[in-house]
Amino acid sequence: MSALAHAPTGSGQPASPPPAARSGRHRLLPYLLLLPGAAWLFLFFVVPLVQLAAASLYDPSGSLSTGYTLTWAVGNYPTALQAYWPQFGRSFLFAGIALVLALLMGYPLAYAIAQKAGRWKNLLLVCVIAPMFTSFLVRTLAWKTILSDNGWLVGLLRDVHLLGPDGRLLATPIAVVLGLTYNFLPFLVLPLYASLERLDHRLLEAASDLYASPLRTFRRVTLPLSMPGLIAGTLLFFIPATGDYINAELLGTPNEYMIGNVIDSAFLVRLDYPQGAALSFLLMSAILAVVFGYLRRAGTEEVL
Amino acid sequence: MARDTPAGDLRLANLTKTFGAFTAVDSLNLTIPQGSFFALLGASGCGKTTTLRMVAGLERPTSGQVLLGDRDIARLRPHKRPVNTVFQSYALFPHLDIFENVAFGPRRRGIRAVDEQVRQMLSLVQLDGYGRRRPAQLSGGQQQRVALARALINQPQVLLLDEPLGALDLKLRRQMQIELKRIQTEVGITFVHVTHDQEEAMTMADTVAVMNAGRIEQLGPPAEIYEFPATAFVANFLGQSNLIAGDVFGRSGSDLLVTAHGARFSVPAGRSRTDHGPVFVGVRPEKLHLADTAVQVPAGRQHLEGTVTDASYVGVSTQYLLRTGWGSELSVFVANSGAQQRFAVGDRAVAYWDPRHAFLLGRRADEEDRTIPVLDEPIGASS
Ligand SMILES: Nc1ncnc2c1ncn2[C@@H]1O[C@H](COP(=O)(O)OP(=O)(O)OP(=O)(O)O)[C@@H](O)[C@H]1O
Ligand SMILES: [Mg+2]
Repeated sequence: MSALAHAPTGSGQPASPPPAARSGRHRLLPYLLLLPGAAWLFLFFVVPLVQLAAASLYDPSGSLSTGYTLTWAVGNYPTALQAYWPQFGRSFLFAGIALVLALLMGYPLAYAIAQKAGRWKNLLLVCVIAPMFTSFLVRTLAWKTILSDNGWLVGLLRDVHLLGPDGRLLATPIAVVLGLTYNFLPFLVLPLYASLERLDHRLLEAASDLYASPLRTFRRVTLPLSMPGLIAGTLLFFIPATGDYINAELLGTPNEYMIGNVIDSAFLVRLDYPQGAALSFLLMSAILAVVFGYLRRAGTEEVL
Repeated sequence: MARDTPAGDLRLANLTKTFGAFTAVDSLNLTIPQGSFFALLGASGCGKTTTLRMVAGLERPTSGQVLLGDRDIARLRPHKRPVNTVFQSYALFPHLDIFENVAFGPRRRGIRAVDEQVRQMLSLVQLDGYGRRRPAQLSGGQQQRVALARALINQPQVLLLDEPLGALDLKLRRQMQIELKRIQTEVGITFVHVTHDQEEAMTMADTVAVMNAGRIEQLGPPAEIYEFPATAFVANFLGQSNLIAGDVFGRSGSDLLVTAHGARFSVPAGRSRTDHGPVFVGVRPEKLHLADTAVQVPAGRQHLEGTVTDASYVGVSTQYLLRTGWGSELSVFVANSGAQQRFAVGDRAVAYWDPRHAFLLGRRADEEDRTIPVLDEPIGASS
């Protein structure tokens, strides 16, 4: 019906009503639609954030039993940083290595699914997403089994002498990095896939027609055109990976603890709210700094 | 890159491409001389793009050879071929501006100083000052010209043009045709030009090939194909023709004698594709003239009587439909030179022609007259 109605004009664009015909209600509508989301964000993000900011400036000598007073104790920040900078550094290091590994696996994977999989495309996508149907915790526990000292993987690596006779994987940095890589891989692959899926195959043909070797075609056409997905994917991977504490907790030892573990224990074990809050804010600003630095360099208008 | 290797003719030998059970290009044999302007003409889906893609290396031939000079390039990767394509879909790089799009080829070949060349190219396609725009910010016709510049700048041995002017308006298309022709003659690049526009093919090309269902039906200089088509398909694809079904019944001197619908005609043997059996007598609409009565027909002409059923005034000419006694409608184009008498619908009239302008084609016994009753479209208009 509507197709018929539009047919004479030959364009799919519905005629927009003249500006004068717009009523006040029309202009309000976008804001009304915004309202539930905005209220939600305000109640559960802005309010707790302000509360957390306040907590990070409480008098550090207070405790849950004696109560806290807001004394604008800015010193909480340098103190926390001084005590836990190794965990900070480790968070970024582990997340960074995991990101590189994930990129090495994820880009070819996303490319293959998007451009080469043909009718297997949907099945492969389901395979990427399927692990997410089980809980994060269960998946990480499964890795504990895979990496365990008497598991087949360690056995195999010992047999080929990649590991010493009593070398192990579990409770090492390798295990934590592998866990991070595995757990956040889909967050990298899916946006990348979306970008690569839209890549027009004819552009690759045009590039090869214009003397670009396959490698050059990748560098000059495929990679720049997949940039939006690549940026989104790396951010979706890197941000939660940096703040993660489950992998270090289950696959590592305190020697592998990341800043997430410290914050976790500050809030739930040591009950040192000011320090936990200060660390949270430090982590947040560090990530923001990294992200902005990254976006600046990658600099695409699609993201910012 | 491969520009330093001696150029040569482009030869397609038994080139075939099948997609599953479907044969898109059917053992094509073609020689396109170096530096010539070759037009490939054919209905939609007849395999023109597929042929070009095999020359460019974007499609693997099922069998056969693509020879450039005496080098078989059929198995060479596309980026190694001294061939560039203006794609039917433009295929401009959306992430690069116009300047970088045009500079893409030279840069990949390691040429550093491309500024001047790119500027020249852009001004050639009348896009000076558009260098910093993105493809999405250009109109369809402008994008098409960028695609042209992007391929031309490389001065390849062979330039493949897949309907490179399809999106341009008539005036701009004329200009670009002249430009293209000029570049082609100046630089001596072999152009293989695919088009739907028969007028474009005829005005620009040295050689025209008419393709039908994966095969070449006829190939030759435009005037030759137009004046003496080889098949009924060509006769009606390139311009239009009145094809009257008849049978050869004898010979008189250098003429073949034909009966058709009870009338007798003769056609010079030199303008006949066959000398026996069922045939079509073909006459182009503009080769037919109209008179009031058979008495007025000049000596040595052949004629048919009929009733005018349609008269369309199209400016340069008036296009008539003349219904013959047996019900076929002949197309007759009469130039509006002012000297000719005008006919009205319903008038009786006699169409006559010089037998030297007729041609004779083979016909399957079951085929009827083929006259195209489309009069509102001037000859040569693109479909
Ligand atoms: N990849 C493919 N798979 C299957 N069939 C194809 C493929 N590419 C082309 N064809 C078929 O081959 C035939 C020739 O296609 P081609 O693109 O060469 O036509 P064309 O002459 O360029 O037509 P047009 O003038 O419409 O561009 C068409 O019938 C088309 O459907
Ligand atoms: Mg085509």
